[in-house]
Amino acid sequence: MKRGSTVLPTSSSGLATKSLAVLRKDILSEFRTRYAINAILLFGVTTLTVVSFSVGQLGLPADVYAALFWIIIFFSAMSGLAQVFVKEEESRTAIVLRLTSDPTAIYLGKLVFNFLLLALLELVITPLFFVLTDARMANVGLFLIVLLVGSLGLAGASTLIAAIISKASIKGALFAVLSFPILLPLLIGAIAGTRKALGVTESPFSAAAPELQLLISYAVVMITASLLLFEFVWEE
Amino acid sequence: MYGVEVNKLSKRFGTRRVLEDVSFSLSVGDSLAVVGKNGSGKTTLLKILAGLAAPTRGTVTFSNEKQKLDRAEVRQCLSYVGPELTLYDFLTAAENLTFFAAMRGTSVDTAWVETMLAALQLGGRGGDFYGAYSSGMKQRLKYAVALLNDPVYLLLDEPTANLDDEGKKIVAEIIARQKKNGIVIVATNEAGEYGFADKLIRLGN
Repeated sequence: MKRGSTVLPTSSSGLATKSLAVLRKDILSEFRTRYAINAILLFGVTTLTVVSFSVGQLGLPADVYAALFWIIIFFSAMSGLAQVFVKEEESRTAIVLRLTSDPTAIYLGKLVFNFLLLALLELVITPLFFVLTDARMANVGLFLIVLLVGSLGLAGASTLIAAIISKASIKGALFAVLSFPILLPLLIGAIAGTRKALGVTESPFSAAAPELQLLISYAVVMITASLLLFEFVWEE
Repeated sequence: MYGVEVNKLSKRFGTRRVLEDVSFSLSVGDSLAVVGKNGSGKTTLLKILAGLAAPTRGTVTFSNEKQKLDRAEVRQCLSYVGPELTLYDFLTAAENLTFFAAMRGTSVDTAWVETMLAALQLGGRGGDFYGAYSSGMKQRLKYAVALLNDPVYLLLDEPTANLDDEGKKIVAEIIARQKKNGIVIVATNEAGEYGFADKLIRLGN
């Protein structure tokens, strides 16, 4: 155990290895507790059901369905994505994580975990949304790209905000309040992009180019800024 | 040679002074017992040294060959065991060890984990969830995690808390080994543990 007395096995100090370790630990822990998955799916399915009963069969324009879809995704995400850090603070494991781990690896691991959580939510919500409402898909490829890039930006921003609010006493409310202004540009771009995927039949990718540029730029800027800022947020 | 220098360290919580002008300097081979009554600032001092709390005034400098170590370098060679430190309840002891080994930049196999657990008399219990461990077993596993990086700086707050006689012996051996190759700082209010260290600092006077 001490220097020279016990030979530690092969070293693997790469950032990717550490990030994957954080991801694996969070997946394992979530699989056993199902705290975030339950919250996020319950909120998503409940909201979708309400939307479906109230306006789902009214044959509304694509703009409205696009907005409703992202409202469901946004608020469902708000109910679960903060858990990655809130759980660490509440169970007091954040201390040992701070002592032992590279902050960048923690951020990256938790970012991928939140992205996978969002992907799972979307995997459940998206088919149900098209079954339970009159929304019609004009271009599946564009829809999936908007969803993918939008989710990446959403996960990138919300992971950093989750770290910020995890030490506060009113975590849930603070998470949504802080997230909304930061995520507003992303939501505007994602809703506009989704509207074109639902409504534009001719050259939808050309039509949605500005929205895709906005979403990709947002994701890149947000994840880069988060990587630079996370160490200060996490350790202060 | 590794060392740590604490210079006029003070900490206040609001208007209450917890630490006032604490200074000491240690290098490899040194051991320090931080003693004092409850609330005298022992844990606060260790938390500041571990980077878990910021001092109100004063500095803590970790160095090697007179070169100041940055935060990441200190993290690599410092370990802390304390009552407020908790591992993951929903991971088994072996999974906890494997996870923290990865975070320390080392990959461990099942045989190594079993050897480590056996050394701390937790052999055969690696598959149990940390949350199902008794408080003494949890304390032992914290030592296993703390020793993963073969630390230069080992900070121990109430080192034998919750441990039985066998556990206390293991801790005494760990401290004795650490004194040969590193620096150990022990915060305690058990008079019997003052002997863990060669130097003593009394807080709260």
